[in-house]
Amino acid sequence: MLPAYDLVYETYGTLNAAKSNAILVCHALSGNHHVAGTYADTPDSVGWWDNIIGPGRPLDTNRFFIVGVNNLGGCHGSTGPSSVNAATGKPWGAAFPMMAVVDWVRAQARLADLLGIDVWAAVVGGSLGGMQALRWAITFPERVRHSLVIAAAPKLTAQNIAFNDVARQAILSDPDFHGGHYYEHQTKPWRGLRLARMLGHITYLSDDQMGERFGRDLRGDGLKFGYDIEFEVESYLRHQGDKFADVFDANTYLLMTKALDYFDPARKTNGDLAAALSVARARFLVVAFTTDWRFAPARSREIVDALLRNGQDVSYAELGCDYGHDSFLMPDPTYHKLISTYMGTIQT
Amino acid sequence: MSGALVRSDFDVIAGWVQRGERVLDLGCGEGELLRRLIDVRGVRGWGVEIDVDKVIAAIGNGINVIQSDLETGLADFEDRAFEHVILSQTLQAMRNTETIVTEMLRVGREAVVSFPNFGYWKHRRDILNGHMPVSEDLPYQWYDTPNIHLCTIADFDDFCAARDITVKDRKVFDNGVEIHEEQNYLGSVAVYRITREK
Repeated sequence: MLPAYDLVYETYGTLNAAKSNAILVCHALSGNHHVAGTYADTPDSVGWWDNIIGPGRPLDTNRFFIVGVNNLGGCHGSTGPSSVNAATGKPWGAAFPMMAVVDWVRAQARLADLLGIDVWAAVVGGSLGGMQALRWAITFPERVRHSLVIAAAPKLTAQNIAFNDVARQAILSDPDFHGGHYYEHQTKPWRGLRLARMLGHITYLSDDQMGERFGRDLRGDGLKFGYDIEFEVESYLRHQGDKFADVFDANTYLLMTKALDYFDPARKTNGDLAAALSVARARFLVVAFTTDWRFAPARSREIVDALLRNGQDVSYAELGCDYGHDSFLMPDPTYHKLISTYMGTIQT
Repeated sequence: MSGALVRSDFDVIAGWVQRGERVLDLGCGEGELLRRLIDVRGVRGWGVEIDVDKVIAAIGNGINVIQSDLETGLADFEDRAFEHVILSQTLQAMRNTETIVTEMLRVGREAVVSFPNFGYWKHRRDILNGHMPVSEDLPYQWYDTPNIHLCTIADFDDFCAARDITVKDRKVFDNGVEIHEEQNYLGSVAVYRITREK
């Protein structure tokens, strides 16, 4: 149990007098509260979903009050495994409690209380963020008017869990992991986290897009017959892994992947997703991408079909964006038009 | 779908639905028909549309729309999930004609099917003159038409009878004017209300 916790959040736009224009943006595995904009003193600090959030953008800050929050257990300012446990004076490390998506949603609800937001105009998220948008509509049906569930799934498949477990094993088996208490050893399981991210990254992209972007292109002139970088794709993946391992906390990564694995809102209704969703009062927009094989369109259709079974308000679009699972982060014109059109129907 | 077709379909269908009933419109386009049924008749509506630009336009019209290919059937919809399932001016352009009608009557208590009547006198005249028919309701040339399964009113009656499908009602129009006599000869468009319920 956590005796207390901090949540770090950012807001964009202005909350109107009726407090009816608030949108919660939920982040995925590696995201955080800094969803848009750039910090004045750090020019390269652009928010992770800046292309969709801002004045005149699909999530229009001229119209909506947008809240980004770093989830509990995160490593960007909210209380997480790298935070100090007041009882011991040391970082929580492996002693930090496991988190489920519903815990994040409950923590976000406390933030909403603090901000005076009784009802979100919309809760929006992609991937693990989409799962939070779905969970919000079930756990707090009276507090969500619209739920935008993008590139998500109602629960992970065996293959999804398998990928996550390989990623976790990379971290857990790193000699620098020290059972999760690496902070005390002034080290971090950098190599394991890097591998985990490299693996994850492969699953976020589509085969076609990797082929198009890298093909079998070589970094230098000709083959070198060694284990240093030869192919462009190796260079790209290693760079992504390095960058991520430098800034992200391995315990947070472990915790987030477990939250993904555990997510299954139909668990309490014996696997009946429609029964689980029947309490929801929100209108839903479910979006999938044809090239996303991590959370394929068929998984989004499960959500749609459950809602249809209940006669609930739902729209569904299956977009042909090329970027695999990562499509939800891309400024694809059709995708952005869809989101801005839907947002235009939301009354404030 | 032209505005005139939406109007004639709307006028007919509006008389067949009750407030609060669930309506599924297959090939809903930008959702004009559903929008009017919702606004005027107070139904609950969902559309199915394959074209993403139309899906976005329907969303802009405040319609629930599911992007999906009708040719793959309605397997994702539950039995009897809707009171009415509408297929407006689309049957003749579908590859799996029989499947879609069967599926409509599985997921809906009733189905509304409208199509251009190939038996319309102008079409017969065109053929007698040695040409493929082109008319207000069949506005395509033979080489660019999406229509692959054209039929007459008599054909559709036979189709239903052979499959134990009951025709509850049928309205026939010529340019928006209802036709009561010699429908298969004088009507350019037919709107059927069919069911498997006795």
